[in-house]
Amino acid sequence: MSTESKGAEKGSVAKEMEELLVAAFAPERLEIINDSARHRGHSGDDGSGESHFTIIIDSAAFEGVSRVMRQRMVNKALGDIPGDRVHALSIKANVPNA
Amino acid sequence: MMSDDINQKIGNMVAGNDVVLFMKGTPLFPQCGFSSRAVAILDHLAVEYESVDVLQDMDVRQGIKTFSDWPTIPQLYVKGEFVGGSDIMMEMFEAGELATLMDEKQVAKADQA
Repeated sequence: MSTESKGAEKGSVAKEMEELLVAAFAPERLEIINDSARHRGHSGDDGSGESHFTIIIDSAAFEGVSRVMRQRMVNKALGDIPGDRVHALSIKANVPNA
Repeated sequence: MMSDDINQKIGNMVAGNDVVLFMKGTPLFPQCGFSSRAVAILDHLAVEYESVDVLQDMDVRQGIKTFSDWPTIPQLYVKGEFVGGSDIMMEMFEAGELATLMDEKQVAKADQA
């Protein structure tokens, strides 16, 4: 599961998400992978090149928190980005290995 | 109030079947990769489920996000309880937890073709 980021240069939305997530969760690991190219021409592709992302985030903040709540926390931290400015956000939120 | 009506309507949908999947498109013709994945998981688990195509109803499409405090579709409900979206479904499926949940909740099995 260590897919490398395809889009070499980070877009503005990706950067914004990174800043928001770092501020909210002080993650030990954070990968923001732009999957937009794989979805080109599919529904939800708005041509921005920043329509589909996978976020892998490991933070102690998720300790003892259910999967649903973890994703809610991430979505909340991202404000109006999920579903609105970014069509599809795949979130894998884990507790760092002790 | 309008939004109360929608909440009520969604509440009834969720309560109407043991397993309810809110998705884009239909199980036969999913309109989104994530919805397609959710359907594949439920088919694999061979449980009976009801699907709701949110593309057919803008009020439901918006309302479901407030209802569950969840911004994306698909959304899976089992016995009236929100389980998660496609990432959580996949994680739980791979860990065998989704099958366990369906068993525990005594969800009806689909007729095997």
